Amino acid sequence: MARSVTTQRKTLNTVIAWGIGLLIFFPILWTILTSFKTEAQAIADPPVWFFFDWTLENYRVVQERSNYSRFLWNSVIIAGGSTLLGMMVAIPAAWSMAFVPSTQTKNILLWMLSTKMLPAVGVLYPIYLIFIQLGLLDSRIGLTLVLMLINLPIMVWMLYTYFKEIPGEILEAARMDGAGLRQEILYVLTPMAIPGIASTMLLNIILAWNEAFWTLNLTAARAAPLTAFIASYSSPEGLFYAKLSAASTMAIAPILIIGWFSQKQLVRGLTFGAVK
Amino acid sequence: MATKASRSAARLMLAPAVILLLGWMLVPLTMTLIFSFQRYLPMRGGFLDWVGFENYVRFVTSSAFWPAVQATLIIVGGVLLITVILGILLAVLLDQPMWGQGIVRILVIAPFFVMPTVSGLVWKNMFMDPNNGLLSHLWRFFGADPIIWLSDASMASIILIVSWQWLPFATLILLTAIQSLDSEQIEAAEMDGASALSRFWHIVLPHLARAITIVILIQTIFLLAIFAEIFVTTQGSFGTRTLTYLIYQRVLESQNVGLGSAGGIYAVILANIFALFLMRIVGKNLDR
Repeated sequence: MARSVTTQRKTLNTVIAWGIGLLIFFPILWTILTSFKTEAQAIADPPVWFFFDWTLENYRVVQERSNYSRFLWNSVIIAGGSTLLGMMVAIPAAWSMAFVPSTQTKNILLWMLSTKMLPAVGVLYPIYLIFIQLGLLDSRIGLTLVLMLINLPIMVWMLYTYFKEIPGEILEAARMDGAGLRQEILYVLTPMAIPGIASTMLLNIILAWNEAFWTLNLTAARAAPLTAFIASYSSPEGLFYAKLSAASTMAIAPILIIGWFSQKQLVRGLTFGAVK
Repeated sequence: MATKASRSAARLMLAPAVILLLGWMLVPLTMTLIFSFQRYLPMRGGFLDWVGFENYVRFVTSSAFWPAVQATLIIVGGVLLITVILGILLAVLLDQPMWGQGIVRILVIAPFFVMPTVSGLVWKNMFMDPNNGLLSHLWRFFGADPIIWLSDASMASIILIVSWQWLPFATLILLTAIQSLDSEQIEAAEMDGASALSRFWHIVLPHLARAITIVILIQTIFLLAIFAEIFVTTQGSFGTRTLTYLIYQRVLESQNVGLGSAGGIYAVILANIFALFLMRIVGKNLDR
């Protein structure tokens, strides 16, 4: 008796949750489907759902007409580069604060967080001016640096919360066994820190890939990543739904996949460890 | 425990991050502050005059200011209301036993990973276009005249697009918080005969209070700064010009750097008010 009630409720939960889940996911699903249609099918009324002539034509056209892969490459370089560069600075910082805390550690952490809260538009012109002076406007290196700096606080924080969870006793035990500092770092700490480092990198790649203030304002033709490329579809190209969809699908697919893998770590990174 | 040598080594390891962030914060912010007291027009050679607080006064007395404040409040408030309420409901729902929970969760959080320019354009063209958009097909299917979303219902459209992007964030964080709830407490209340609604009201909701506060603060800081969603849809027209967008237009479009910088300083102050509250909560968390 009791069991049948729970099965009933479970079925109801399942139906409602899947319904809502599909509704929320629908715009993405529709974009992916549309990317395989012809332009005529893409605007058909009534809409065509699954039974149409699936074609890869749009992907080919987008690549040929606008050299899509160059923007993709820019995105990869900027997101990947800012992440690697950021980690080189963030790992030592988080490490030192987690393992050799001082009375100032908390203040430094909070101050770093406060720099993340700085509204970008408030410093848009100065950065623009500095970029012109240094010849960094519309360059990948300039954008890589900016994205590294805006995400550095998140990287430090996330790494800090992970490092903090590595128990100090393990270090002491290693020291008792006669491990030197180098061995301690290489054989004891590094293996325990790798999951945290990996999740931090994934989150940072997501954030950098999707960043759409600096990438839109500091790039033009040369260094534009996918965010800026898609923005160029604003009009009238945006009315070619199938091409817009193909370009969009390629732009979001890698991040959707990375994002799904790192959804649990996301919470920690985005709430600065306040929710785990 | 830490020796003197390891202390100084630690300081050395920390230094690059501190110096970089200090430079990133101080240099541009100081420049904005200086510009804000100047008449600075790049088209006419840049610096023209020191004007004291004139830009600050002009920014808040210009006819564009109050509509921008209003637009900002409506968008931030509207999105917060929608994402927090629906986020709580969705989190509770996703916490229930069901088949395919993991897949549903993936479907729900997916919009968060879509870059803002893509979500803006996909909604604008493929859904809200008055001729060929899916929503206008839907309206016609029911015999109604399609809405011209981005001009006639511009605010609602922007709120819808941004809420779609941020609902996953609220849901994911609230779900994580719910899952840390002690299930024994719920079971005990159940045994005492508490109804589902009163269990939600007296146990789940108080437990979520802190997570809700964090969601509101973090989202507020990001929502005050939304840019790309407006940039690719209305470009600030039809009443959707937020403070951020107004400042952007002053600085880069009309190239009135002094005036835009004064606006920028207002934006910095505004963001810092919310940041202070957020850092208090996060800071308390550090002590535990």
